[in-house]
Amino acid sequence: MRAAAARCVLAAWLVVSPALPAAAERLVFSLSSNVVQITSSFTGVELVLFGTVEPDAANGPLRPSYDLVATVIGPRQNLVTRRKARVAGIWVNAESRTFLDVPSYAAVLSTRPFESIADATTLAREQIGIANAALLPGAGTVSDEPFRDALLRIKGDHGLYGENAEGVKFLTPTLFRASIFVPAEAQVGSYAVELKLFADGAVIARSQSSFEIATVGFERFVAGSAVDHGILYGLATAAMAMMTGWFASIIFRRD
Amino acid sequence: MEIYLPIADLPVNVFLVFAMGLAVGFISGMFGIGGGFLMTPLLIFTGIPPAVAVATVSSHIAASSFSGAISYWRRRALDLALALMLLAGGIVGTILGVWLFTTLRRLGQLDITIGLSYVLLLGSVGAMMVVEGVGALLRVRQGKPPALRRSGAHTWIHGLPLKVRFKQSGIYVSTIPVCLIGFIMGFIGAIMGIGGGFLLVPMLIYFLRVPTSVVIGTSMVLTLITMASATVLHAATNHLVDAVLALILMVGGVSGAQFGARAGQKMGSERLRLLLGLLVLAVGLRFAFDLVVSPDDLYTIRALEDAR
Repeated sequence: MRAAAARCVLAAWLVVSPALPAAAERLVFSLSSNVVQITSSFTGVELVLFGTVEPDAANGPLRPSYDLVATVIGPRQNLVTRRKARVAGIWVNAESRTFLDVPSYAAVLSTRPFESIADATTLAREQIGIANAALLPGAGTVSDEPFRDALLRIKGDHGLYGENAEGVKFLTPTLFRASIFVPAEAQVGSYAVELKLFADGAVIARSQSSFEIATVGFERFVAGSAVDHGILYGLATAAMAMMTGWFASIIFRRD
Repeated sequence: MEIYLPIADLPVNVFLVFAMGLAVGFISGMFGIGGGFLMTPLLIFTGIPPAVAVATVSSHIAASSFSGAISYWRRRALDLALALMLLAGGIVGTILGVWLFTTLRRLGQLDITIGLSYVLLLGSVGAMMVVEGVGALLRVRQGKPPALRRSGAHTWIHGLPLKVRFKQSGIYVSTIPVCLIGFIMGFIGAIMGIGGGFLLVPMLIYFLRVPTSVVIGTSMVLTLITMASATVLHAATNHLVDAVLALILMVGGVSGAQFGARAGQKMGSERLRLLLGLLVLAVGLRFAFDLVVSPDDLYTIRALEDAR
């Protein structure tokens, strides 16, 4: 997996953002891989993101310092959060809330804590931070709040939601690097990566890219046929059970 | 060595799962049962989602009961006619069980139902087996002859209509209790991921007076067919059967069963029944513990079907 990722650096996928009108900078970055393959030994993957801040020729010099925020959003899903309550002495699922179109995976990496990069209004507008990026602001009422928090917390515990205020590092004043970790539990699908360049509390350049997590070979075949050909898959599994039992009775036959 | 399970969607340690298959196989071979009531909880405690565990274990039990059934078939120690009659009820029970499973899963009450069923069923059956086992052991200690099976005594069950004669078992009973027992086994098997051998064998002996010589073989045929159809039905409706997980469990299970069978022959049947009773009771209590003790986290999240 690592070796494959390294090879992909060469075949890097460069993304050049259209320069924003007022900005003097362009943001160029690339991911170490744009297709992550889930094989039988898949235990998660670390993707490396590299890029530079380039001066826009017409608009003169670079600023002394920048801040970067990288947001990775995985395929969206509908989630139910359930709360257990004690009923007649035992714990059962009682109340629940459904959250539509929430990312199955979200990571927000930055050079500094978000509050020191920009003010709260800007952060909310630019959807910086897990709470802003993952859930539509204002979508819930007060009674939904604990369910929303639980969703963020559980996703966080599984490594599916995460913030890292030191996740993006400037190696030189203009060259930066970040690593994105996607755990094995992550869903297959398309992952969007968006980079925002901040200076003096405002976004001055942005750039997007994406990568794909896909099951390949045997795993894809199994997962795919389980859903697409349920009955056949079941028959095949049952047949496999018979074969195993039959083989065992031959191998261990004692007479 | 970690391996990624395509349906459970998580990586597990192959050797851990294989060892679990081996251990449960050993126990199932020793007591002549499928071992689903141990395998399903073990998988759940390992972190496999309960729904996937129940659905996958059904194929594991199919494998172990098939290898068992073959060896009983060779010795002609099974009643095929009785097994097929039980099956008629069993298939209906399985279909209904899978339907209820699907419904409960949609309502988010599946895990609690699985937990409660384990507590109630294993707790009561285990307690009964322990009491009976201790009694039998004490009788043996005191030098009294073991309690005689009242093979001639007829109960109200034998008064029911639609009687059929089963030659191999040498019994003449109504089809109503036969189908009913089959139905119960299929139903709980689909919901709880257990073959129910530990339940079916005593029911056949006490209610239908099936001779002990054919009872285990017959129970294995029924278990085999209900579990194989549960596998197909779970795969077709819920897409929850993890073939990779199933294969590892099966290979471990059928191997372990062979060694277990040898170990079982060295032990007295009273002691064996008491041990099995303790085991069943322990699993039931473990589930009760989980239901009663305050959970670490009151909240759980789950993806809705259509989003996948």
